[in-house]
Amino acid sequence: MYPNPLIHGEAWTLKELFVLPNENIYWSLQIVCYPFMTGLVAGAFVLSSLYHVFGVKQLKDIARFALVFSFSLLFAAPMTLLLHLLHPERAFNVFSTPHFTSAIASFGVIFFTYASIVATELWLLFRKRFVEKSLALKAVTGKSFVQKIQYLFWTALTIGGFDISHETLERDEKAVKIMAGIGIPVALFLHGYVGFIFGSVKANALWMTPLMPVIFITSAVVSGIALCTVTYIVMNSIKKWLSARRAAKTRSIDAGVANIDLGVIKTTANYLLAFLVAAISLELLDLVFRGYTAVKSWDALRSVIYVHDFIPVFILQYGIGDLIPLILLLSPRLSLRRAAIAAAFVLFGIFMMRWNVVIGGQAFSLTFSGFMHYELPIIPHDIETYKEGIFGALTVFTVPFVLFYFIKKILPVDPEPKA
Amino acid sequence: MRHSVVRPLLVVAAVVALILVARVFLVPKDFTIGERGYRFGWHRLGNEQDWKNFTVKYQGNDYCAACHGDKIEAIKASPHADIQCENCHGPAVRMVDGVAKQHPADIDKLEVDTNPALCQRCHAPLPYASSGRSKIRYMDPVPDGECVACHNPHTTTMEAAK
Amino acid sequence: MTRREFLEKMGLGIAATAIPATFFSVVKPKQLFAQVAAEKSKVRWAFLVDTYKCVGCGMCVRACKLENEIPYDTSATRTWVERYVETKDGRRFADSPKGARDGFTSPLIDLGMGKTQEIKADEVQKAFFVPKLCNQCEDPACVQACPVGATYQTPDGVALVDRTWCIGCGYCIMACPYGARFFHPATHTAEKCTFCYHRITKGLQPACVDACAFGARSIGNLKDPEDPVTKIISTERVSVLKSEFGTKPQVFYIGLDEEVR
Repeated sequence: MYPNPLIHGEAWTLKELFVLPNENIYWSLQIVCYPFMTGLVAGAFVLSSLYHVFGVKQLKDIARFALVFSFSLLFAAPMTLLLHLLHPERAFNVFSTPHFTSAIASFGVIFFTYASIVATELWLLFRKRFVEKSLALKAVTGKSFVQKIQYLFWTALTIGGFDISHETLERDEKAVKIMAGIGIPVALFLHGYVGFIFGSVKANALWMTPLMPVIFITSAVVSGIALCTVTYIVMNSIKKWLSARRAAKTRSIDAGVANIDLGVIKTTANYLLAFLVAAISLELLDLVFRGYTAVKSWDALRSVIYVHDFIPVFILQYGIGDLIPLILLLSPRLSLRRAAIAAAFVLFGIFMMRWNVVIGGQAFSLTFSGFMHYELPIIPHDIETYKEGIFGALTVFTVPFVLFYFIKKILPVDPEPKA
Repeated sequence: MRHSVVRPLLVVAAVVALILVARVFLVPKDFTIGERGYRFGWHRLGNEQDWKNFTVKYQGNDYCAACHGDKIEAIKASPHADIQCENCHGPAVRMVDGVAKQHPADIDKLEVDTNPALCQRCHAPLPYASSGRSKIRYMDPVPDGECVACHNPHTTTMEAAK
Repeated sequence: MTRREFLEKMGLGIAATAIPATFFSVVKPKQLFAQVAAEKSKVRWAFLVDTYKCVGCGMCVRACKLENEIPYDTSATRTWVERYVETKDGRRFADSPKGARDGFTSPLIDLGMGKTQEIKADEVQKAFFVPKLCNQCEDPACVQACPVGATYQTPDGVALVDRTWCIGCGYCIMACPYGARFFHPATHTAEKCTFCYHRITKGLQPACVDACAFGARSIGNLKDPEDPVTKIISTERVSVLKSEFGTKPQVFYIGLDEEVR
C-alpha cells in the first residue's frame, strides 16, 4: 500500500526486551547537532562579550573573530532543525501560530532576538568600513556593472548611517557595549531554552531534571570558547604556512604573519577551564543524585549509563572530553598547539554530552524493562537516512565554515595592525 | 539620526512587521483558542469537523443482517455469538486509492480468510490459567491444512462451511 | 524639532504601539478568560478496559488499523495489547509482538533482536493480557508540548492532531508518558488513537470496542451518571496507568496488576 512501512525512527532503532510498539529513537543525530550548534553560537558570543562588556583587554582580537564566527554559526543551527522536521515546509508555523506552553515555540522569539542583537552589534562594529567602502565606490566615475552592484551593496549595509565623526563612533562603541551586555542573557537563553526543552519532558526519566538548562548553558559557553580557540589558532597557522610558501615561491623575505599572542590564548584557556569545571560539577551532581535517590527508573538508567553507554559516557565524554583537556590545560608551559588540542578534545566532549543526553534518553523504554540501540546511518539509502545520518551532520558542520569564509570578506576579523 | 543604533533596530522592526503581515495570509481564519483554553485548545477549529468526516469503515452486524441473516442467526446460536462478522471478513467499507468502496455496491465479495492463523488468535493453546483466555477451547492447528476444512466457523460444528 | 526628527519619532511611535497591538489579533483577552469559567460540553469520553476478559486475540488492533487507515505492516499502532507472564521462580516477562496485531499464537515470549524465551506450561505462575491505547488525558502533556498548535483537545476530551498543520518535530511523541504516539508512515505527521472520534460522534462505538468479542473494552460519557461505563468507574475498584505524571488519564482498568508498565 505505502512504499515504506517503516515509521520515522525505525530505520536506526534496534529494540531489545520489552519496548512499546510505538517507541523508536525519534530524536536522533540532527537533534544532537542542534544543541551543539546553538551552544557554539552562545559560547562564541559570550567570549566576545568578555572583551566588550568586561573589558578583558587580552581578548580584543579574538573577540571580533568570535562575534563574526557566532554569526556564521547562527545560520547552521536552524539548518539542523529543518533537516529533522518531517514537514520543514511548515516550519513557519512556529512563527505564525506559536504555542508558548511548549518550550520549542520560543525558538522563534529567542532566535530572532539573538540574531538581531548580534547583527546590530556587528553593524556597529563594522559601520565605518561600510561607509568607507561606499564612499570610495561613490567617487568612481563610470562604474562598471560589478562596481554598481558593489556600491549598492555597501550603501545598503550602511542603512544611511554615514556619519563617521569621532563622537558618533564613540557613541557606537558605547552602544556595542550595551548590545554585548544585553546579548549575554539572550545568548544564555538561546541555549538555556534548549536545556528546558529536554528538562521539562516529565515522561523521560533521564531528561527530566531542573539542572538540565543550567548544564546546557555552562557546557554551551565551554564549547563556544573551545571552538573559537581551535579555529583561531588553526586559521593563524594556515595563514602563516601560506605566507611562508608564497615567500619561498617568490624568493622574497617572508614578511611574517604575526604569531598569536600566547597571553590571549592563556586568558581564553583560563575562562575555558572555569566553565568546564562548572559544567563537569553539574553533570556529576546530577549523576550522583540519581544514583543516591534511586527512584523507579534508576535500574534502567543505571543499565544505560554504566553498561550499554559506558564507552560514550565515561571514555568519550568524561575521559577524552573532560579529563584529558583538564590535564593538558592545567599543565605548566601551555603552548599554542597544546591549547588547540585541548580545545578540540573539549569540543568532542561537549558533542558527546549532547549525544549522551539525546540518544541516552531514548536508550531505555518507557517500560523500564527494555532498551533501544541507536544505529547511526552511515551510507544513506533514502532521504531520511541522509538527513539524520552522518552525511547530514557533516553538511551541518561544514556550512558555518563556508559561510564564515564569505562573511569574513564583508566583516574582516584579522587583528588590526599594531600602531 | 541622533543615535545610529536606532537604524538596525528599525530594520528589525521591519522584519517583525513582515512576519506579522505574512501570518495574516498564511494562518487559516479559524485558527483560535478553543474551549479548552490556550494550553490545550490552541488549534484550527475546522480540524474537528475534518476528523468527524473521516470515513467510517466497519458497519456492524446490523448492516450485514440485511442480506446475510441466515449466517448471523447461525452464529448467534453458537459460542462465536459475540464475534462481529467484519472481524474475520474485514470492514464492509474500505479505501481503495483514496476512495471509499462499499460492499455490496462496489465490492462484490469480502475476503474469506481460511488461514489457521486467524483461528489461532483465540484458539492457540497458551498455558495462562489466570487469564480469560483459559476459558476458550484450545485447539492446535493441523500441520498443513485449514481449520475451516472441517470446522464451520458460523456454527462451530463439524460440518464444513459452504 | 526638524521635520526629519518629527518623522523619525512618529515612525518609532507607530511601530512601538502597532506591533504589540497585533498581539490582540491573535489572542483575545475575553476569550482567554472566558474558557476558564464554563465547561460547556455535555460529554467527556472515558474508556474502560477489563483485563480479566482480554484473551489476547488482537482483533482490536487489526480492526483499529483497518478502520483508521494505519498500514497493516507498520509496526506502530494506535492501540496494542501487552502480554505479561510471571514464572514460579519469580522471573517476569512481557512482550507485544507487532503490538499484537496478529494476536498471541505462540507461548514463546518475544525478546527482541530475534530472540525468544520459552516458558513451559508448568512454570507459569501468573499470565494476563493488557490492552492499551491513548488515555485521552484531562491534562495532556502531549498537547502542552506542541509548538504550533497542531495537536489539541476537543471540548469532549479527545486529543486530536491536525494533519495539515503538524510540522513533524516529534515533541508530542517524546512528551507522552504512555507511548501512545508515533509518526504516520505516509502523512509524516504525529498520529495517535482518537477513540475513533469519527465514530463516537455519530453514536457508534470505536472499532476496537466492537471488535472485542469478549467485552474487554468499552467507552462511555463521564458526564452522564446513567452511562453504564460511568457507573462502573464510579462504583467499582478501577485504576489508571502512571498517575504520577499528573496527566489525569481517562482510560480506566479493572484488574491492573502492579507489574504492568
